[in-house]
Amino acid sequence: MKRLLQFVGIKTARFLLLTHSMAGYFRRFLGELPNVYFYRRQVIEQCYAIGVNSLSLVILVSAFSGMAVSTMMAYQMEDYVPDYMVGSIVVRSVLLELAPILMGLVLAGQVGAGIASEVGTMKVSEQVDALVSLAVDPVGYLLMPRVLAGIVMIPVLVVFSAFTSISSGFVMSILLMDITVADFVKGMKLDFSSYDLVVCLIKSVVYGGMITFYGSYAGLSASGGAQGVGRAATAAVVISAASILILDYFLTKTLLY
Amino acid sequence: MSTNGVAVRFDAVHKRFDDLEVLKGMDLEVRWGEVTTILGPSGCGKSVTLKHIIGIEQADHGRVTVDGHVMNSINNRDLKELRKRIGVLFQSAALFDSMNVKENVAFGLRMHTRMSEREIEDRVSVCLDAVRLAGSEQTMPVELSGGMRKRAALARAIAMSPDFILYDEPTTGLDPGTANVVGDYILKLQNELDVTSVVVTHDLPLARRISDRIALLYNGKTAIQGTPDEIERSGNDVYDMFVQGRI
Repeated sequence: MKRLLQFVGIKTARFLLLTHSMAGYFRRFLGELPNVYFYRRQVIEQCYAIGVNSLSLVILVSAFSGMAVSTMMAYQMEDYVPDYMVGSIVVRSVLLELAPILMGLVLAGQVGAGIASEVGTMKVSEQVDALVSLAVDPVGYLLMPRVLAGIVMIPVLVVFSAFTSISSGFVMSILLMDITVADFVKGMKLDFSSYDLVVCLIKSVVYGGMITFYGSYAGLSASGGAQGVGRAATAAVVISAASILILDYFLTKTLLY
Repeated sequence: MSTNGVAVRFDAVHKRFDDLEVLKGMDLEVRWGEVTTILGPSGCGKSVTLKHIIGIEQADHGRVTVDGHVMNSINNRDLKELRKRIGVLFQSAALFDSMNVKENVAFGLRMHTRMSEREIEDRVSVCLDAVRLAGSEQTMPVELSGGMRKRAALARAIAMSPDFILYDEPTTGLDPGTANVVGDYILKLQNELDVTSVVVTHDLPLARRISDRIALLYNGKTAIQGTPDEIERSGNDVYDMFVQGRI
């Protein structure tokens, strides 16, 4: 019992220290925001790195997930609801859940781990210390541009993802499930609300900021050589994925009810 | 610059990392315009000492003073201005591996000056000439040898015309010939730039060759400090053990 309490106590203390440390970095991130013009080149480079480098993966994953959703909807609903409802369900489920959460998880791996590895390698090879010695704040030069780029580009990728998923679901429904174009479009129009798109964008902005912040934070906290970089990348993905799944519930509840 | 001749002073500095106390009441004095070498065995806190001078680490107890600024309580603006006056050669060179040599050397100039692109190019050329790396502007760090990386990092360190240059193990990992060349550059830059240099090393021949003063760090404290001659003649036990390779 004593050991259990000790274990819980140590874990709690570590969690509180981690939270305190992250809060410190977040405060420094906010403090660096007025310098965004000074770091504009880094912001643009990161927008390109996050957006362009992830696009093919986003399209591939989204195309297959859209096909899977429409197939599953048609299979589950075929005896209970009219065919045109497949279009309605695909659009709403993609916009409200599938695109933001799936892309959040995929990009936590692609972008978050990439940032943690890159920044972590800089940290363990003294490049971050070199930045500091050159009177450049690593939070301003490394973290802030990445987080801003995530906030801007991940919603763009999520919109691409939603469009690709809906398109692939549409094609799948028509080719393989005998649903007509008119029925699918009728379903899409029937239940579409522009607020769904707003919810999708709000979620993706939050997830984009989280993924890039955790990635940068994990990288800047890395220590101990190549092993430390690996630990940082793993931590970035795990914390991002867990936070996305937990926060998704609260965001959905807050924004839809 | 302060007038008492002391550029950097450590007064009874303690520093602990988790369970390991690295500095245990260390004292040190670095005088303006001199090369002060901090000698000591691996893990005795030499690099940590340098990090206190740049403000990357803060003393747990005691006081570090750099050019009159108390590093424990310096504000961010003064710290940033102070860092602009300090050039650092890191042990691993720490060149930014996503940038070529020219971009590395120009980095500080781009961040902190309003020099035109032409002026920056001229300054980069001067710095690369000083370390005999002219023509390597477009080379990426990964394509450089160990000695060339150190020289490129040295060019980056002097680009902002610093008042201080800190060298962290400048000859570690280099063959004796290249290590000699790096020693030559330290002396050359000292003469040409009139800077205050702090060199951290366990390379005794290098220390004897380049130093105005030597401090021997052992067990978290300064065992002895003085001119190379004073130290040689001191009969200090720790120094003798270090010379004999017993610590």
